Amino acid sequence: MNAKSLTCRECGFEYPLEARYVCEKCFGPVEVAYDFSALASGDSESLKRRIQAGPQNIWRYADFLPVDALPQGPHAGLPVGSTPLVKADRLAERLGIDGEVWVKNDAHNPTHSFKDRVVAVASARARELGMTTLACASTGNLAGAVAAQAAALGLESYVFIPSDLEEQKILSTGIYGTKLVRVKGNYDDVNRLCTELSGERDWAFVNVNVRPYYAEGSKTLAYEIAEQLDWQLPDRVVAPIASGSLFTKLKKGFGEWIELGLIEGEQPAMFGAQAAGCSPVATAYAEGKNFIKPVKPDTIAKSLAIGNPADGPYAIDVAKNSDGSIEAVTDDEIRAGIKLLAETTGIFTETAGGVTTATLAKLAAAGKIPAGGRTVIVITGDGLKTLDAVRGSFESYEVEPKLSDFITHVENEVLVP
Amino acid sequence: MSTIKLPTQLRDVAGGNAEVSVEGDTVGAALESLFAEYEELRGRITEDGELRRFVNVYLAGEDIRYLDGLETPLPAGAELTILPAVAGG
Repeated sequence: MNAKSLTCRECGFEYPLEARYVCEKCFGPVEVAYDFSALASGDSESLKRRIQAGPQNIWRYADFLPVDALPQGPHAGLPVGSTPLVKADRLAERLGIDGEVWVKNDAHNPTHSFKDRVVAVASARARELGMTTLACASTGNLAGAVAAQAAALGLESYVFIPSDLEEQKILSTGIYGTKLVRVKGNYDDVNRLCTELSGERDWAFVNVNVRPYYAEGSKTLAYEIAEQLDWQLPDRVVAPIASGSLFTKLKKGFGEWIELGLIEGEQPAMFGAQAAGCSPVATAYAEGKNFIKPVKPDTIAKSLAIGNPADGPYAIDVAKNSDGSIEAVTDDEIRAGIKLLAETTGIFTETAGGVTTATLAKLAAAGKIPAGGRTVIVITGDGLKTLDAVRGSFESYEVEPKLSDFITHVENEVLVP
Repeated sequence: MSTIKLPTQLRDVAGGNAEVSVEGDTVGAALESLFAEYEELRGRITEDGELRRFVNVYLAGEDIRYLDGLETPLPAGAELTILPAVAGG
């Protein structure tokens, strides 16, 4: 494996590749560090061929992930990744964007969100470390991803969610036979309980004690986007921010491939998207601060409702250093974003995707999408999981099964609410 | 008298204890009382007199950053919990 250590992002102290998420010296987060010199020694064309010869899932990028071996046979788990990147001309046109807009539709994963990527990597590493129980603190999408992956791998699992989560996410998690724990509180309460519990149980909490491995899974989104653009970089990326992990790992993924010569050019401008009802990172960014003041979330975008985001300061650095920004959009803009994406691309996204699409619309309206170039928006989850958000957003016709009734009420457009 | 619950990562410099009894009528004073007993914890938890940005302290389940930070008053018998902040998402 090319991963070499867990390195503290704050003080640089190095640890072996064990189940650890916190630096003992300074409490900073540890991150997987690599030595890619074995890959860099060959030419980039042969490295591209090596990737292209890999499986049609995230393990084609195993050289860039913290696992000893390609998970195979009974340990293969659910195949994840290789989701569509579609060109969205009518979305661009509707927003008056004079350039290419592409939609990375990660709702095409086994449990319909990008969380399948991070869970695949976390569970593979957890198994290599001898852990046999998966667990997580979830705002919803992670819950389903952990429950399903545990079922596929034959592992036990515990999934902790806020008790007020959308019913669709609860139902589509419990069915996998996980131990589903509904915590009376918000996500930050769930997270606190799991952080405490992770010190007392020998479980792989994918986003706590094996979080460094989990987070690496998000890099595969960047690799896929570059590969699908025929080994080119987008000029800008719009992606949602909850903890900030996905946002920072997209940058890391592009950066690794630029360094290895697999893609040429500059890092894309990175635009972060938050809901106004939970926008601690956008607020800190707007105020020019590099620390986050935690907030109490109040938004329909529950999958982004993290009031105390672990990677918030790093997400701010990524936006700043790439000439991007971090924006916040209201719940009404989120609903309009879901509708806009659905009507112009045929892709039905959940509220987080509404946040991302609404942010693209906001950037376009503010003239922040220059003519030419290529913008990729990262759609992280499926609209079927947040159906309440679209209730009442359109009208339909009700008719008797008679031709005359159809003509009167539909063709003459007499709407029945 | 209050109780401070320590995460596993800090127990090795606190004599292996998971809980420590402390004095003080604010969160800051309680932490000083903890540091008086285990000086090495000071540098792990604080930097220039402030909480490190990746350390969370909870009073009865509430993050003290939502309260009055280190000035937050402690009722008798209060329970503080220290946890790493880098989880989740």
